[in-house]
Amino acid sequence: MEKRTEKNSYTILFAIGMVIVVGSLLAFAASALKPNIDENKRLEKQQNILYAMGINENDESSANFVSTEDAPQLFDQYIKKQLIIEGDKVTEDNQAYLIDVKKEQANAKAGLERRLPLFIGEREGKTYYIAPIYGKGLWDAIWAYIAMDKDMVIQGAYFDHKGETPGLGANIKERFFMDDFIGEHLKSNGEFKGVDVAKGNADPKNENKTDNEVDAIAGATITGNGVSAMIKSDLKLYVPYFENLKNN
Amino acid sequence: MALLSKKDSKLILDPLTDNNPITIQVLGICSALAITAELKASIVMAISVLFVLGLGNVVISLMRNIIPSKIRIIVQLVVVATLVIIVDQVLKAFAYELSKTLSVFVGLIITNCIIMGRFEAFALGNGPWRSFLDGVGNAAGYGIILVIVGFFRELFGSGTLLGFKVLGDPIEKTGIYAIGYENNGFMLLSPMALIVVGIIIWVQRSRNKALIED
Repeated sequence: MEKRTEKNSYTILFAIGMVIVVGSLLAFAASALKPNIDENKRLEKQQNILYAMGINENDESSANFVSTEDAPQLFDQYIKKQLIIEGDKVTEDNQAYLIDVKKEQANAKAGLERRLPLFIGEREGKTYYIAPIYGKGLWDAIWAYIAMDKDMVIQGAYFDHKGETPGLGANIKERFFMDDFIGEHLKSNGEFKGVDVAKGNADPKNENKTDNEVDAIAGATITGNGVSAMIKSDLKLYVPYFENLKNN
Repeated sequence: MALLSKKDSKLILDPLTDNNPITIQVLGICSALAITAELKASIVMAISVLFVLGLGNVVISLMRNIIPSKIRIIVQLVVVATLVIIVDQVLKAFAYELSKTLSVFVGLIITNCIIMGRFEAFALGNGPWRSFLDGVGNAAGYGIILVIVGFFRELFGSGTLLGFKVLGDPIEKTGIYAIGYENNGFMLLSPMALIVVGIIIWVQRSRNKALIED
């Protein structure tokens, strides 16, 4: 006689049963853990923004955030203003850091007005303008928080990625790459130019800060191109704001 | 190993050497190639696979008498995918930093042929305890090779180990770089992982002639 587990009816029932069990297990896990995950992501954003303006616990070579416990308090202390820029309209909103840049990019593509968040931080008498940007690396999303001064000279940068290759593209979140951006000019002769992640850079020690170039990572060409592309396309949108700032 | 009988300890020790999943069975090469450019990633991947394979083997072993053989591969895939996703979610909720390090490996764990291979070859025919030992042994055997490959690739490719500049600074020309040494960028590219694995296989077989097939 055929074994019970070999019958077609059993196979189908087993498959259905398994899908129900596994599906509800995963749905339960996802919804039970969602508040915790969202909270972690919120704190991470605050840590990222603080990192970009130089508030971090970096040691000699590794990048370290301020602790998650301290992040909300430090965020309130150092970030003086959060702005949303919509065309010519600038509004203040203390939840601006929760804006999803990816969604705004999609909105802009669909013809809607894109909301640009900008965070203004103050530390030791210096003012930092921090903008979140979002783009595409080799495998998946990459994003960054760039802190600038009023002349659009980069004061600090934090890069992150979803799934770049470890040891290659993933190195964009290493200090040696991020620190190269500090002091780089985004403008050249008054025109917005961005910062190129350049192969064959003649300046590997990055002493020339006005060449609109930083040294690329070997083996991570496409990730590097993605970084230059998102700097060019996203930060460019902030140029009118900075022009206004200068004129007023 | 007084805790385990001789047969049981063989389950753990065999995959470390003479029945290694990577060098002898040539399974799991894909992930060995993808993530061994640095030592830290290798270690993280080894631990993740250890966890998933140990637990997955137990689950499959417990289910072995009720799984219809026609759809057993799909069942195995669902079990490993479920485990990995749950682990990922739990890490995201309670150990966010760690989960970010792991993120890229999650997909790679699911596709790891060693896991499916051990489910199919062992867990379907053995009890939970023996399956657990087999899973841990094979994952450890996989991990050892990963760590060895990661060690050499990071050392020769980037001149660092776990991020520390053990050979000096290539830009400032200190340490060994002062006498003209250069990092070998080739080591960071995936094909070099295969060549390093090939060298390990060569060394292993030249020391143990019984492993040579004709």
